[in-house]
Amino acid sequence: MKFPIYLDYSATTPVDPRVAQKMIPYLTEHFGNPASRSHAYGWDAEKAVEEAREQVAALINADPREIVWTSGATEGNNLAIKGAANFYKSKGRHIITVKTEHKAVLDTVRELERQGFSATYLDPAPDGLISLEQLQAAIRPDTVLVSVMMVNNEIGVIQPVAEIGEMCRAKGIVFHCDAVQASGKLEIDTQKFKVDLLTVTAHKVYGPKGIGALYVRRKPRVRIEAQIHGGGHERGLRSGTLATHQIVGMGEAFRIAALEMAADNERIRALRERLWNGLRDLEEIYVNGDLERRIPHNLNVSFNFVEGESLIMAIKEIAVSSGSACTSASLEPSYVLRALGRSDELAHSSIRFTIGKYTTVEEIDFAVDLLRRKIGKLRDLSPLWEMYKEGVDLKSVQWAAH
Amino acid sequence: MAYSDKVIDHYENPRNVGSFDKSDERVGTGMVGAPACGDVMKLQIRVSKEGIIEDARFKTYGCGSAIASSSLVTEWVKGKTLDEAAAIKNSQIAEELALPPVKIHCSILAEDAIKAAISDFRKKHADESAAQPAGPAAV
Repeated sequence: MKFPIYLDYSATTPVDPRVAQKMIPYLTEHFGNPASRSHAYGWDAEKAVEEAREQVAALINADPREIVWTSGATEGNNLAIKGAANFYKSKGRHIITVKTEHKAVLDTVRELERQGFSATYLDPAPDGLISLEQLQAAIRPDTVLVSVMMVNNEIGVIQPVAEIGEMCRAKGIVFHCDAVQASGKLEIDTQKFKVDLLTVTAHKVYGPKGIGALYVRRKPRVRIEAQIHGGGHERGLRSGTLATHQIVGMGEAFRIAALEMAADNERIRALRERLWNGLRDLEEIYVNGDLERRIPHNLNVSFNFVEGESLIMAIKEIAVSSGSACTSASLEPSYVLRALGRSDELAHSSIRFTIGKYTTVEEIDFAVDLLRRKIGKLRDLSPLWEMYKEGVDLKSVQWAAH
Repeated sequence: MAYSDKVIDHYENPRNVGSFDKSDERVGTGMVGAPACGDVMKLQIRVSKEGIIEDARFKTYGCGSAIASSSLVTEWVKGKTLDEAAAIKNSQIAEELALPPVKIHCSILAEDAIKAAISDFRKKHADESAAQPAGPAAV
């Protein structure tokens, strides 16, 4: 086993060696600028970019002309949301999104609010999901854009995006979906799924960092305003010299995902069940988010009375992330868990395990054993655990907030 | 978070973990912080008849530097008089552990915990000290 054991695949994934191999010649031999029309170096690079565009399109059953290269998910979400809101602002200036979206969506919508748009942030239920009734109630005559992620990055729950797409299409509202945590894990078929704009990125799918794509629907046509201007690349939607090697890597990663996703998912689901079965009998532990309507890769658990950062220090042989304030720059506990109605204490005590295609049974067994030992140790150290064991109701205690 | 070796040492080998009976006349208990903020420290001191802290215990819910700060102060208060212990400053704790600026609040909490434990002990003995400043009354 290689230490620390990597169980943070939703943060990023290693590049598949097959992907890395395919990228290297585009750094050294085939280094041409895909926009050079006057010689073979450019033609070679352009051919590689277009092949990758077909591979990325294929994973989501789209037309290659619907794919716009971006630098990654943050840029994709910015381009989709600002681009659509600004293009359609003469029709209305209201946007709907969800409190548990990624910051790349929430902060972009906040920026549009500063520019004069208004926004509604839907509250998810305690299981992490929003309902169609909630969305229906939030839609106004001036709503022009709805943005809902397919899979949540912290808790892995799957939003009812197919139904949301139907509702938006029926009302003529542009629907953007951040599918960063879904691509390569769930089947996405843009022929059936009525989405207008869809963000994907390579580095969550065993491709390189720094490259992503935005799907922009052609039929019925959706328009967006460019956010980066220059040489008119990507049909004017995203100027800037294309990073051929990155694009080739993303194409190969998406090609492999299309072939191997089903088998990987089955194996990963078994590993997640093994992890959960190894932990579930511990006292006072809580799964965050619905366990069924969730990708198989994610398990997010709060270990009550143990603070997340100290737990992460105690389990340094495994690489995971926490919703604890102490692991964030802001000193606030996870806004996603808070939006589910979890108490600050449980948010501080949460650990996100995300499993990937290189995770092994031995690694999961090691993690279970380590967690069980360290949680026992930290609870022996915890005054809250002691009070809980003495039958003190912690909610009845007058704490001096600091 | 990159911690100093001292924080890691106290975190991995915390000193004086445990609890005294808080109803014991010789014990002062301080509990500071709040679960919602991510830190709760319980610090207990056992004070000799001569007014010297002869032993200390702690339990802490919190990040690595909160655990290290409280572990450190259990070592520091031992052998001190109540007034000497009350003079321990958070800046000394932060300096000893080389806490990063974002973790200074952990040292403040540890200082508060000492003061709370001393104040609890003094409250238990308020009557005696008024009547007999030299020490507790023989009951």
